[in-house]
Amino acid sequence: MYPDYLAETLKAVERTRPARLELAMSGQPVYPPMNADERKDVLSKYHPDFAAGAKRPVRVGPNRGEDITTEVADMLEAHSMIEPKLMDIHLREPDYETDLLIIGGGGAGCWASIMAMRNGVKSLIATKLRMGDANTMMSEGGMQAAVSKTDSPTRHYLDAIGGGHFENIPELVRVLTEDAPDVVRDLENLGVIWDKMDDGAMQVLHGGGTSRKRMVSCRDLIGATIMRTLMDEVKNHPDMISVREFEPAVELILDENGHCAGAVLYSLDTEQFLTVKAKSTIITTGGFGRLHIRGFATTNHYGATGDGLVIGYRAGAQLKFMDSVQYHPTGAVFPEQIAGFLITEKIRGAGGQPLNKFGELFVFPREPRDIESAAIIRECSADRNNGVDTFVGRTGVWLDSPLIDMIHGDGYTRHQFPGMCRQFDRFGIDIVKQPMLVYPSLHYQNGGIGINERCETNIPGLYVAGEASGGVHGRNRLMGNSVLDYNVFGRRAGQYASEYAKSAKIVGKLNVDHVAAHAAELERENITTDLVSPLILPSYTPDDVKIQQMARLGNIPARHSMLRSRLASS
Amino acid sequence: MESDKQASQEGGKRQRVQANMVKVFIMGKPHVVPEHATIMRAIEHAGHQIIRGAGCREGFCGACATIYRLPGDFKLYTGLACTTLVKEGMSLTMIPSVPMEKTVYDLEKLKPNVNTILEVYPVTFRCVACGTCTKACPQKLPVMDYIQAAMRGDIAAVADMSFDCVACGLCALRCPAELIQHEVGILCKRLTGRYLRKESKELDDRLTEVRSRQYDAEYAELMEMDTSVLSKLYYGRDIEP
Repeated sequence: MYPDYLAETLKAVERTRPARLELAMSGQPVYPPMNADERKDVLSKYHPDFAAGAKRPVRVGPNRGEDITTEVADMLEAHSMIEPKLMDIHLREPDYETDLLIIGGGGAGCWASIMAMRNGVKSLIATKLRMGDANTMMSEGGMQAAVSKTDSPTRHYLDAIGGGHFENIPELVRVLTEDAPDVVRDLENLGVIWDKMDDGAMQVLHGGGTSRKRMVSCRDLIGATIMRTLMDEVKNHPDMISVREFEPAVELILDENGHCAGAVLYSLDTEQFLTVKAKSTIITTGGFGRLHIRGFATTNHYGATGDGLVIGYRAGAQLKFMDSVQYHPTGAVFPEQIAGFLITEKIRGAGGQPLNKFGELFVFPREPRDIESAAIIRECSADRNNGVDTFVGRTGVWLDSPLIDMIHGDGYTRHQFPGMCRQFDRFGIDIVKQPMLVYPSLHYQNGGIGINERCETNIPGLYVAGEASGGVHGRNRLMGNSVLDYNVFGRRAGQYASEYAKSAKIVGKLNVDHVAAHAAELERENITTDLVSPLILPSYTPDDVKIQQMARLGNIPARHSMLRSRLASS
Repeated sequence: MESDKQASQEGGKRQRVQANMVKVFIMGKPHVVPEHATIMRAIEHAGHQIIRGAGCREGFCGACATIYRLPGDFKLYTGLACTTLVKEGMSLTMIPSVPMEKTVYDLEKLKPNVNTILEVYPVTFRCVACGTCTKACPQKLPVMDYIQAAMRGDIAAVADMSFDCVACGLCALRCPAELIQHEVGILCKRLTGRYLRKESKELDDRLTEVRSRQYDAEYAELMEMDTSVLSKLYYGRDIEP
């Protein structure tokens, strides 16, 4: 139930709705899309990436001197969790040995293990939380794949590269778009229930920045549907795929030739450091939403702390596009309990419209995400002051969902958006009848570790796939291309890394010398920091509790590294 | 400090508010927490770092199965910690992991019928139709109904009714007949996706085009294109209504 003080602005939304519906049904654009100059203007003035202090040059490692998102740079310049000297015995006698180590048990990681299995190679998935505790599980709206007659993979290419401001790496966008139809079929063969028309054709909808209807979906639970299917398939092959849960990787291990040869895991249950020796390694650790960049709430899962970036970087992997962050245009603002939660873009794909407090449309509803987000921030900023304020001090704009049933017919919203309906039903808000209040929410790591179309990095034996990688999306990803990304590149990483594992030889002693070198570099650069990375988990412990935890004597490790992380800054 | 303030404004936050507090019992121990908190936030407010029992934090992953009682009420309630609000006097505990055995099977060798249910999850037929699973479901799914459908071999109906299952396992923990309802749901969803849907002819055609390298020339041209030409092509492209 919306509180009384919002009644007036809710009425304004209802008042403007008939005219907006009429325009939507006419087939004309409901608002003029921005041209190149307008896009540039709104981004540079209102997108958080362009705010003062949003990025800074990193002082250590392979990208030294380049601008990187400040919170990420802080993580890259933090201390390792391990003391390299104390790792010797475990490097001589590894706790686990496998052909292929996969770090991260989300969509890309599960795909990689399935492809390795199909290729006859055994793998071990080491993951921070449970298998499937990943952003993959949470994606709602859909996946882009050029499957309809009027569409083509090359058109998908053009949309993706334009959405990324022409900075995406062309070879990566090509395989992303060209593999897409095959991903749809492969997933269907594994048992994913796609939304379909009566004749079996895939149901397709628009997403932000698409020029053809290209969004395939599983109601509004595409992520959960794909993730549970892939997890179930992984568990059907215990002889080929082993899984270690609650054992995140905290450093990579190299051999004497500098090839990747496994990783150091940290058991969250027992606080042991465990070593894995592997002929090839894939990082599929996902993104960094839980770093809460620039104080934003996030749509991301609990473990999304960018660990793969940190461990890859320390071992010498190059990062790409790490100066840009994706804010999803529509995170929930009300009620407070779900602030930051993802409101799927499929709502706008199906005809939902963002409106200011006067019930006015102020932007084309399906601009690429960075543009749409910047436009919403502009509308709520002091320059326009057209946001809707809530009593807890948040601001947002309306997302007019009742239009959807009016456009597509009664019952459409409840059938196509069961997840969204349930989320709001819990708080007495029926999104079929009333709009949702939204504001951009920290959503996606646009950049990451640089890869080629075989998912190889600049470190031999190290592969990366999914959100942890950089280059596929340039500095802005379109809706539905991340679900596609982890499917396409998870499959590719599994294919090529397992191929590599068949002939790879580990030379000489396993070592973590790069960790000692990182410590020396911090000292040389006079960097003093109390941060330890990877962060592993964010801390939501109140400061007063934390201060008392920090009274512990001496340098005895706290129960988990995140307890040693900084007190909140405000 | 100024940049912190700016950042929090960008983040859509303008000021802090003082909340009313309620008393809850977390694993038996009393704590005072904000009344608008979810169970998950209340546990964190009390000073715990959750290791097991938090995944997506938005109601998709099923990591945070929780049982609780309320004062003066005999019932044992179930919920997801991430989306259930605390109440005065609530006594709660999270369930760190739900033990169960998933049957290993080869989807390619199964048929979408009742014999598959008998073979893969025979325990399903112990169902006594008591409805405890349905009462326990935090997603409010008709769990007992889909188990009954599974016993009739109506695989597509199971898939439809269990579509939103988060696999928290609360149904299975409460079941007096020891079924594993959510695994039956996943099996039936995969059977439905694999065997019970019409295939897309358009998709077949597109796959043939891609496999016969029909787009190679167009890709080569686009990938070679100068940014200014590409940009003109992009902004001038027609958009399907």
